[in-house]
This record gives sequence, structure tokens and C-alpha cells, in this order.
Amino acid sequence: MSESAPLIRPGAGPAIVFRDVVKTYETPKGPFQALGGVSFTVEQGEIFGLLGPNGAGKTTLISILAGLTRASRGQVSVLGHDVVSDYAQARRLLGVVPQELVFDPFFSLREALRIQSGYFGIQNNHEWIDDLLNSLGLADKANANMRQLSGGMKRRVMVAQALVHKPRVIVLDEPTAGVDVELRQTLWQFVSRLNREGSTVLLTTHYLEEAEALCGRIAMIKRGQVLALEKTSVLLSRASSNVLRFKTDAQLPAELASKARVTGRVVQLPAHNALEVEQILAAVRESGAVVEDIEIRKADLEDVFLDVMAEGVAS
Amino acid sequence: MMGWKTLFYKEVLRFWKVSFQTVAAPVLTAVLYMMIFGHVLEDHVKVYDTVSYTAFLVPGLVMMSVLQNAFANSSSSLIQSKIMGNLVFVLLTPMSHWAWFVAYVGSSVARGLVVGLGVLLVTVWFGQPGAVAPWWILVFAVLGAAMLGALGLIAGLWAEKFDQLAAFQNFIIMPMTFLSGVFYSIHSLPPFWQQVSHLNPFFYMIDGFRHGFFGVSDVSPWLSLGVVSVAFLIVSAVAVQLLRTGYKIRH
Repeated sequence: MSESAPLIRPGAGPAIVFRDVVKTYETPKGPFQALGGVSFTVEQGEIFGLLGPNGAGKTTLISILAGLTRASRGQVSVLGHDVVSDYAQARRLLGVVPQELVFDPFFSLREALRIQSGYFGIQNNHEWIDDLLNSLGLADKANANMRQLSGGMKRRVMVAQALVHKPRVIVLDEPTAGVDVELRQTLWQFVSRLNREGSTVLLTTHYLEEAEALCGRIAMIKRGQVLALEKTSVLLSRASSNVLRFKTDAQLPAELASKARVTGRVVQLPAHNALEVEQILAAVRESGAVVEDIEIRKADLEDVFLDVMAEGVAS
Repeated sequence: MMGWKTLFYKEVLRFWKVSFQTVAAPVLTAVLYMMIFGHVLEDHVKVYDTVSYTAFLVPGLVMMSVLQNAFANSSSSLIQSKIMGNLVFVLLTPMSHWAWFVAYVGSSVARGLVVGLGVLLVTVWFGQPGAVAPWWILVFAVLGAAMLGALGLIAGLWAEKFDQLAAFQNFIIMPMTFLSGVFYSIHSLPPFWQQVSHLNPFFYMIDGFRHGFFGVSDVSPWLSLGVVSVAFLIVSAVAVQLLRTGYKIRH
């Protein structure tokens, strides 16, 4: 990898570059390709969303970026610094919040943050540590042992640990998985502030409304391939305009069931115009089903996501 | 880049916070050995003409504790961090493989010396071994602890489960320390077993260490220094290579 030309001049240009990243794992059942040639760029100052179902390769991609995993092929750089040949500089610029909830049971919260700073060669950053503790609502727990903290608190500590060295590029791998509404609000406010102050943010999340609200651009990946990469507004406009939503207890006719998004009693179907709405309702009525709470709403990112994923299967 | 200092500090703090288990317990074990073996064998075993058996036993027990605890420090820290998943906080940093090596081996030496000093302080009342050549004592204590710290690093990286690490400890480290002449001089062994003992690098650590106390030993301390140094370099080269390639920690 080090023989090829540098992607760009260090320090300038894009925040993150993935170029043709392939990752193949050896498994007892034979080689498994987690990433099949992923290429995209995250510009400085963006909040960039990486979406995909479980097993799509999001965490593998982030692990390669963070140096936790080595790519089988391809190149990855952070602000022009190759994550393999120039790993020390790349990691200094990068703050990663891993997906799994982990902590070191030997230390208090403040000790953990001081130690994490020291790994980056930083001392006497008490002010910044205090700022982190305050911004993430951890100030009153600063001297508590990590074992005494709740899951949500531990998650906040992981965010603080990723930020102790003031990284210019922040990577959040499903930071809001399993955390309460209050923390999500706190976290996104803080991330937005860091972004306004110049940090680039790459995030993965399963909460698509969060991605829709926060991310300027979004990449959707599945089975190690990028299926869509657009500005969020462009992606939303790609949606099939409207969604017909109603509740029913009955089974849907087969031709509708294949297109429908069903959550318990709630059925959601794409509908481009009034004629399609009428046709759907007629088909449901013919099948003998009773529907209630009918409404028509604008398509959201979740609809686009499901469309893209379905296209991915078809291709 | 001073990251290694922090990792070293963190590793020392880690064992110090549980010092009841990591320091006090091995000291107590050594006292028990001293009381039982010293009492039973005092009148039966004569190693060197001028040295009582209990005095002979003191440096052996000290060095055994140094070695076993140095090994335990790096190996148990690594496997715990791997299994708990918190090794990721170290993996995400810009620290080089040399920083890892120095920090893990250095903290293992620190624990080995702290435990060794503790064992010395409590066993020395049973039989005063003297200290004819203190520099030899220090050199072999540090070098022996460093080699076992590096070996613990390898074991901690290799092991994926606690029982694998326990197997490494019980089937390799324990026999090699027990069969190295902690409790006896190898001159008391039949010629064949004397030869076998000479293949064990742990024998040279303990023999050289003991030379510092009595000024007499089974082999020259210079030979011991040579063997232990070469063993340390080989083990370190393996450990550094495993760290450099991210063996079992970077996939």
C-alpha cells in the first residue's frame, strides 16, 4: 500500500477517503467478503451518515478506518494520512466511539479520561475534560468507578474518551443504540456543537430519523457494497413521493403484501398519486379486510432506505 | 511521544489498586513455603558449606515470586482487556508497538520487584542470606522479571480464554520455575537431571540471583547473565513482532 501514490497532501482535502476497500475474512466455511470494494469520500466539516442493515459492513469499514482491522485491499486515509503507513498521525486526528459498550473496571471516570489523554501524549487538559464532563452530563459522576455507572452513562463516557484529544474527525458507531431519549438529545446537541466548531462527523445509526435530521450526506451500504450515496435532500426526493398508512387486522392481498411495510397492525404502502391510493384501498376492500386510521404522509428516509435495500436485493 | 509512560502508569495503577491480591497474596504464599520447607528440610539439606538451608531458600523464593508475578502481570492484564473489550481504548491510540512493549514489560518488572521485595522482607527473618554482590541481585531480578513480563505479553496475546492462559502458567511457567533450583542446588541432582537443568533458562536467573547473596553459585554469574540476556532478547523479539503485526488484536 505504501508504494502507491498518496491520496492527497496531508492536512488538506477530504476528512476521510475510502478507496476500493476490500475485506475478506477466512472462515471455516471458506472466505467471506465483508467489504467488496467500497469507495467514498467524507469532506471536512460534514456530518456524514453511514446506513445499512446489520452485517452490511459498516463496523468493518469503521474498524479499518480506526486501525482495529486491516483491509485486504484498498486505501483509507484521514485528512490525507494513510491509516496503515502513517497510522500514528491518522489516529491522532481521529476520535472513534466503538459500538460495543466497554469500560475499564479499575478506574474512575476522571482517571479513565486522564489516562486516555495520556495515550495521546496530552497532559494538563483538565479544562477540556471538565468541558466534556459537563457537556455530556457526567460532571457529578467524575469520581465514580466505571462499574457503578449505568449503561447510558458508560456510553457517554465512551464518547468522552473518544474526544479527549480533540480529534478533527469524529466517528460514532451506533452511539444511540439502547440509550434513552435524554442522552440522545444531549449527545446530538454536543455533536452538532463540535461540528459547528469545525469537526467532521461520520456516524452510523439505526435510527433513521436521526440520520435524516443530522446528516448532510448519506451512504447506504449492504453486503459490503455502497448502494446509494447522495445528499440527504436528494435521497429523500428519490422516494416514491407519498406513503399510504392505515391499520388493519386482516391479511393483505398478496400483490400488496410484497410492497408493504408492516409493523404490527400498521401497514404502509408507497403511493404515487390519488389513483394508486384508490386502487390500493379497493384491493384491500375486495379482500374483505376492514381498515381504519387512514392517512397519507410524505416519504421519509426509512422509506428510501427500504427502497434502496430492496433494489440491492434485486440487483 | 510519551504515551508509553501513561500506559506504564495505568498498568502499575491497575495492579496496585488490587494489591491485596497481586502483592500481599504472593508474599503470604512465599512465607508458607518458607515455613514448611524451611522447617522440614533445615536439618536434612546442606547446599553450600557456609550457608544454612533456610538462608539458601530465601533468594530462591524471592526470585520465584518475582518471575511468577512479572508473568502474571502482563498476561492477566492483556487477557482481561481482551475479554472485557476495553483493549480497544489502547488500540485506538497512536502508540507504537515499542510503546506497548516497554509499558507492559516495564509494569511487569515493577510488580515483580514489589512482590520480590515484599517476599524478601518477610522471609529474611527466617534465615539471613547476606548480600555479597548487590548489583548481581538487581541485574538478575530486573532481567528475569523483564523476560517473564515479555513472556506474559506473548501468552496474553495468544490466549483467547482464561483457561488457555492458566494452562500456559501451570504447564510451562510453574514447572520451569520449580525445576530451576528454587528449593535445591542442582548439584544435588543425578548427572542426567543436572544436564537437563542446564537447558532451563530459569535456572540461570535463580542461580545468578543467588550468587548476588552468597557469592557462590552452581555456575558463573557471567554465564548466567549471558544465557538470561539471550533468552530475554529472543522472547522480546517474538513479543515485539506479535505487537507489530497486531497478532490476535488487530484483525
